[in-house]
Amino acid sequence: MRAGFVFSEVTTGLRRNVTLTLAVVITVAVSLTLFGSSLLVRAQVQEMKDYWYDRVEVSIFLCGDISDVPSCASGAVTEEEKDQIKQDLRDFKPLVQKVYFESKAEALQRFKEQFKDSPLAENATEDQMPESFRVKLSDPTQFSVVAAAFMGRQGIEEVRDQRQSLDRLFKALSGLQNIALAVAAVMLLVTGLLISNTMRVAAFSRRRETSIMRLVGASNSAIQLPFLLEAAVAALIGTIVALGLLAAGKYYLIDNTLASTFTFTTFIGWDSVITLIPTLIFVGVGLAIASALLTLRKYLKV
Amino acid sequence: MIRFENVTKLHKGASRPALRDVTVDIEKGEFVFLVGASGSGKSTFLRLLLREERPTSGTIWVAGKDLTKLAGWKVPVLRRQLGCVFQDFRLLPNRTVAGNVAFALEVIGRPADEIKRVIPNVLELVGLEGKEDSYPNEISGGEQQRVAIARAIVNRPQVLIADEPTGNLDPETSIGIMKLLDRINRIGTTVVMATHDVAIVDQMRKRVIEIEDGRVVRDQARGVYGSGA
Repeated sequence: MRAGFVFSEVTTGLRRNVTLTLAVVITVAVSLTLFGSSLLVRAQVQEMKDYWYDRVEVSIFLCGDISDVPSCASGAVTEEEKDQIKQDLRDFKPLVQKVYFESKAEALQRFKEQFKDSPLAENATEDQMPESFRVKLSDPTQFSVVAAAFMGRQGIEEVRDQRQSLDRLFKALSGLQNIALAVAAVMLLVTGLLISNTMRVAAFSRRRETSIMRLVGASNSAIQLPFLLEAAVAALIGTIVALGLLAAGKYYLIDNTLASTFTFTTFIGWDSVITLIPTLIFVGVGLAIASALLTLRKYLKV
Repeated sequence: MIRFENVTKLHKGASRPALRDVTVDIEKGEFVFLVGASGSGKSTFLRLLLREERPTSGTIWVAGKDLTKLAGWKVPVLRRQLGCVFQDFRLLPNRTVAGNVAFALEVIGRPADEIKRVIPNVLELVGLEGKEDSYPNEISGGEQQRVAIARAIVNRPQVLIADEPTGNLDPETSIGIMKLLDRINRIGTTVVMATHDVAIVDQMRKRVIEIEDGRVVRDQARGVYGSGA
């Protein structure tokens, strides 16, 4: 097959079914935008996990005067108990990377900072604040080891893992991602069916050409190639549109809006968008070629 | 060139076979008429020849190849050795005369300069000089059939298969087409032509194979349409 001949066949084919080609472009664009978004959400969750897990600590709150758990029955924590806990924490090296003691004064300061716009901050006093050890683990998933060793011990009110509260957020985010992925999967299926139908119409509208091609001994691939290229070109245009939409979303939604509002976390960079390019092209064009091939095998038999 | 050995074709769902135990031998360079009523099995014969269908039993040899054993991907190569002409011409309306003939070469990947070179020759052979740039709807039926014949032979096939090529043409035009087919036959192309046209068969005095009810009932060297009956 000469390239020029194939090219002219593809362009006439695309022009002949403008509306159907457009439909393919749009569905590919929409489904791949959804698919790409779900991949970006996953990248975002990963980004936040990396960022936050690096910063989370295990907090060991010590008994104060007003604690009412059984391990605090004997009153506030003593200096001796504090030293013992600190000593025992050191024995957990290398799991325990860093131990930092937070005094009542520091706790109050942190509290006031966190609730600076609320009347709570003004009424809080140092005595209400618990003392605590802030423990940084080399492997945050090993929290239970530390918890088991210190939970319920005399002088310790509570052992709390910050990771747990973060995990709830991440779970919500991956739930969101799964929904986007499910919708994208349905959309991709619809896209496949639409491409298949488009190919059927294209094969029908060119049945005269294909029947002559068969008669004069054109090979199967020569007959199918223009159709496949048509599907691939339409899908590629749709993929490019999807990538454009995702890039615009990243720029306007994340960089311009979210990043300036939520300064406490990091957001995905352009590298995440760039790594989408080969994936989306592969999925979009691959889907088009696969569904076109399946259809054509039936309608363009030699 | 073409050999049918005890070929039987039973179509799916049909109660009677379209061809029954047909054995026919056609030599290279022969001109053969295939005659018989509608539904007698002529079309099935031609479709088997083109390997659009496979026989239920028996063997078919075309140009040295056993069609019953021919792999699917080799079928296009076989068809390049068989030219085809039909009653309804089967031209592309949006291509010129030259474009229609060129199409046959383009789709099998012939280089552009070769196409440019051979098209004028083949159009001259079929008597269409000066019509290169006309579209099929601008020329007569006889001329359209000449375009179809040009397209069928431009690739220099060994066999030309014609299925009622004069079926849509008036007698005078038909004679012109037959003269052309005869000329192509004399160049060395084997011609197999299915027809209903009594006058043409009687006039040409070529070999006649008559099929009735799926059987070969007559195979006559210099036959006429209705003799023997």
